[in-house]
Amino acid sequence: MRHNLRALLFGAWLGCASLLAGAADPIRIGTTPVFLDDQASFLSAWQRYMEERLARPVRFVQRGSYREITDLVRQDRLDFAWVCSPPYLRNRDRMVLAAVPVHLGKPLYQSYLIVPASDRNTTGFADLRGKLYAYSDPDSNSGWLAAQAAMQLERIDPSSHFKKTFFTWAHKKVVEAVAVGLAQGGSVDGYVWETLAVLHPELTSKTRVAWKSPWYGFPPIVARRSIDPATLSAMQDLLIGMKDDAEGRGLLKQLNLDGYERGSERLFDGVQQNLKFYQDF
Amino acid sequence: MFANLKYHYKIPLSLILVIAVTALVVSGTLTLRAYQDAKRELVTSVLGLGKVLSRTLRPALLHDEVWQAFETVITPLDSRVERRAGERLIVVLDRRHQIYVASSPERFPMLERLAAVDAEFGELGRRIAGRGADEPFTAEETGWDYIHVVIPILAVDGARLGTLIVSSSRVLFLPQFYEALGGAAWSTLAVLLVLLPIGWYWGKRMAEPLEYLADSMTKVGREPTAVLRRGLPRGADEVGMLGAGFDKMLQELEEKKAMEEQMLASERLAAIGRLTAGISHEINNPLGGMLNAISTYKKHGSPDAMTMKTMSLLERGLLQIRETVGALLVEAKLESHALTLQDFEDARTLVAPSAQAKSARLIWSNQIDEPLPLPSTQVRQILLNLLLNAVAAVERKGRLECSISRANGSLRLSVANDGKQISRERLEHLYEPFATHEASGGGGLGLWVTYQLVQQLKGRIEADSQPSGTTFTVTLPIDT
Repeated sequence: MRHNLRALLFGAWLGCASLLAGAADPIRIGTTPVFLDDQASFLSAWQRYMEERLARPVRFVQRGSYREITDLVRQDRLDFAWVCSPPYLRNRDRMVLAAVPVHLGKPLYQSYLIVPASDRNTTGFADLRGKLYAYSDPDSNSGWLAAQAAMQLERIDPSSHFKKTFFTWAHKKVVEAVAVGLAQGGSVDGYVWETLAVLHPELTSKTRVAWKSPWYGFPPIVARRSIDPATLSAMQDLLIGMKDDAEGRGLLKQLNLDGYERGSERLFDGVQQNLKFYQDF
Repeated sequence: MFANLKYHYKIPLSLILVIAVTALVVSGTLTLRAYQDAKRELVTSVLGLGKVLSRTLRPALLHDEVWQAFETVITPLDSRVERRAGERLIVVLDRRHQIYVASSPERFPMLERLAAVDAEFGELGRRIAGRGADEPFTAEETGWDYIHVVIPILAVDGARLGTLIVSSSRVLFLPQFYEALGGAAWSTLAVLLVLLPIGWYWGKRMAEPLEYLADSMTKVGREPTAVLRRGLPRGADEVGMLGAGFDKMLQELEEKKAMEEQMLASERLAAIGRLTAGISHEINNPLGGMLNAISTYKKHGSPDAMTMKTMSLLERGLLQIRETVGALLVEAKLESHALTLQDFEDARTLVAPSAQAKSARLIWSNQIDEPLPLPSTQVRQILLNLLLNAVAAVERKGRLECSISRANGSLRLSVANDGKQISRERLEHLYEPFATHEASGGGGLGLWVTYQLVQQLKGRIEADSQPSGTTFTVTLPIDT
């Protein structure tokens, strides 16, 4: 992690140096494990791509949890952030929607309930009574909130249903926890699981998707509300335009995404409903 | 069985056995030591790892970060093979001694007790629960698959947050152990290859004198003692002492045998002496009568010439008988004067012409310088007889030696010549009358007379005949 950070800082410094006088402030983009943000080489490639097109230095910022990134956006210390939908919905006073990824042709994704591949029977949360369960992050929809809502619909009390639950703070680590048997079930971002199935099939093959949630709006890229419109639209154009050039398509392929679109708040109604559900519960 | 085994095999076998056992014990000890070293090394390294881990795990346990704790415990086991083979297990227990996380979550499910895993970990769990101390310890039993190092995870204030168990399979240090074992085996083999032949050879050498002794003892009475005495072991050790003792025994046997022979000979000679004395006496009585009768007849009768001639013939024959009998019957002549130097010189003078006739050299050594209280006639006779015998035996241009000395209150006459050796058979009957062989030319009574004279003077006569020559020694006690 420290190494990645150093690489990032070095990249950022290179970006700075490439600009005349280095007068321009860098654009700071927070990332969260809604995608596989632990791939440093991909991030530096993406950073270079952005710097070339925005003519400004770009810095990716990573933190241990969704909340830390959310807080940084709230404090205007990040210009953009790729977060999960609940933090966005809760902090719309401080954030604006910048873009929504498109996966398999739609700006939607699902939450998966995964179990070890050896478990042939589980079809839902009810089957995991008294078991160990892994969530990714309390601020994640797919990695927590969607599961809470689903259990609520099944009249299951999530706080007593499992023997023990824990957070891995990343979707990928939920997959790993279930794969090694640390947990007998876990909630994971469907997009992340599918992407892992492409990149690391040996990992996902040790798990089985036992249940899929309804479709929800894909974790969006948001901007701080105070951002200047020019930067916002430049970033939006860049993201949406990625699918139109080869380099951008290469990066999108690595992200296992089709592209980005402007998106609308309506996409997140489902998540909003989950939030409301959960608050009522 | 072992008692019947010959020392020829027993000693080398014992040495070899001792060498082999020593080599095995030494190499066994070294191997055991290597095993313990390997184990200690393992425990030390594990303890170091465990201390780092327990500190790293502290915040995870404090904040109930299961995944963080799991990532921490699997980090040292970065090889998937190691993790899968279960060669090293890392288990974290919470403060209620339930499993919190483990490097093998399927085997160690969260919140289970160690007792649910297997017997070994169940026992380990009991020990951990029973041990209140917050110090690391090692748990190990024969039959267990692992060596467990248990390290408490403590909060900053020393409160116990949980327990870290690092279990290392014995398989982990077996390669090192096998390497040590192999090394020990090879060096043992090398040592044995060098030492065993040496041991065998050394043992043989030790057994050899004993074997010779045993072999010689079985031959006593069948082979001449001189042959047996030749190769006896010498030295100050026990075998050397045995050899010396055996040698002494053989020597005494020899002496005893010689003495017996001597006794036998002197008894025989005494018997002959008695016999000849008796016969001589019986012959002398009628002989005296017959000679008297002849003398009387010759004097007072009037024999004719023919009778006279016959009488003379008879008289000469009877006189010869008396002479012979007189020679056989050596009678003490009491009228001798004391022995003087002149008596020895007379003998020398008498024998010198005969020696000269054979061109023999006569070496004379007389250490007597005063008269001795011994009867001169007998001593002169003895010396003369011995000298004449020696002259007869000596080769032409040979060497004669006569030495006369006084020692330990005795007169010692020693006469030697370098003539032919006297055979053993002849030595046995040397002093018997008429035993002399023809070549000597004597009347066959010289040594017999000498022997009788020596006996009368209570002396001793000894003959020593070697290929280089023959020496007669007469020892006569001097009455003081």
